[in-house]
Amino acid sequence: MNIPKNLKYTKSHEWVKFDGETTATVGLTDYAQSELGDLVFVNLPEAGDTVTAGEAFSDVESVKAVSDVYAPVTGTVDEANAELLDAPEKINADPYEAWLVKIEDITSMEELLTAEEYEKFVEEEKAQKH
Amino acid sequence: MEKKTPLYEVHAAMGGKIVPFAGWLLPVQYETGVIQEHMAVRTKCGLFDVSHMGEILLAGPDSVKNLNRILTNDYTVMEDGQARYSPMCYENGGCVDDLIVYRRGENDYFIVVNAANKDKDFQWIKEHLTGDVTCRDISDEIGQIALQGPLAETVLRKICAEKFIPEKYYHAVFHAEAGGIPCTVSRTGYTGEDGFELYCAAEDTVNLWNCLMEAGKENGIIPCGLGARDTLRLEAAMPLYGHEMDSTVSPLETGLSFAVKMKKEDFIGKQAMEKADPPKRERTGLKVTGRGIVREKSELKKDGKTVGYTTSGTHAPFLGYPIAMALTERGALKPGDRVSADVRGREVECEVVPLPFYRRKK
Repeated sequence: MNIPKNLKYTKSHEWVKFDGETTATVGLTDYAQSELGDLVFVNLPEAGDTVTAGEAFSDVESVKAVSDVYAPVTGTVDEANAELLDAPEKINADPYEAWLVKIEDITSMEELLTAEEYEKFVEEEKAQKH
Repeated sequence: MEKKTPLYEVHAAMGGKIVPFAGWLLPVQYETGVIQEHMAVRTKCGLFDVSHMGEILLAGPDSVKNLNRILTNDYTVMEDGQARYSPMCYENGGCVDDLIVYRRGENDYFIVVNAANKDKDFQWIKEHLTGDVTCRDISDEIGQIALQGPLAETVLRKICAEKFIPEKYYHAVFHAEAGGIPCTVSRTGYTGEDGFELYCAAEDTVNLWNCLMEAGKENGIIPCGLGARDTLRLEAAMPLYGHEMDSTVSPLETGLSFAVKMKKEDFIGKQAMEKADPPKRERTGLKVTGRGIVREKSELKKDGKTVGYTTSGTHAPFLGYPIAMALTERGALKPGDRVSADVRGREVECEVVPLPFYRRKK
């Protein structure tokens, strides 16, 4: 389970990389992509759309099921990763390279976890399942 | 409390992602993932644990009489080792289950039923037997492994003598041996590829699995889970009980008339099917042309009017696009028509296509 130390995480398995205080890049964690399985569709918001912390702003569809992706922060979409629309499998192959959106004008955020806290959270989730 | 097949520990050790299914714990996929597992079966070979399926023995001089009355297909002309598929219906024509019957000998039959319906099926059969015949549920004594793909025979030949390998599809060799393990080798499957389903004593299942994995190593064999089992059968347009048919759908409504012999004197459901002739619904194939996967129970509209609903749907790894099967108003759709499917409140466009979606090259 890959959990880079320089990122922040949410309990809904998104990663966040801050660039200053008001800009961030968001993606899905390694745990998320492995739970979802082979992704075949990604629906992304458009530049200019507002996202709200704790609310779904995107969804990803694997062979098995569809899952909402939740915004860790409140702000405006600066850019969506259009490459993923035709190649959603990049999220499975490299979850920390295959960012979903870049958000700017961040005004608030959810409770974010450090890499250590997220690792513990994932271990607890896995233990509950088995 | 879900049950474990004899191969449970093997799946866990091989990195299988275990999920509950029909009262059993089985791998939905391994680390390879559904798409790779699906493609392995289409291009090389894959191995499936299907031990959860139910097995029922039927024996006695009145066996055929009972099969012909309880099932819709006709069992009067069968060779030893031959298998025949049939729906099993209620008086009202709806389906109890679909199953496969093997003739082991003149008064000796081996019936394979869906895991989810095993107890229901056994009760139903038992309650409807008449005359000199008995039935026995041997499901817990039997393990089953499916070896499927174009290289399936190549792999099997390494551990199984030629005389034990059935030449024809829907035939089996009972009292065979593979890797020194007594088993039944059946040339059947649920993938649309050439392949085999091997039945053995429950306690021999792990050994048989390991033998097959070893034999297939250089041919690229990988273990495959329930996820790939579903995507494979859907590409091959094979029906799944609970989806394409259930207690409210008759086999004539869902493209299974080839397995319903109306010329038989009588069988459970015949009268209801005669009354409902022609059937009001039919099975249709859809190719998703819009964005998204159309799964089951999605409402279908043509020119704004509801024409039916989907019964199964998924991304088809070999074809490269999502597909679905549906139960639609008879005559409402023809190949080439555009319909829209409701997917979580969004309209996704589909094109009606002929079935099956995929057919293997002979």
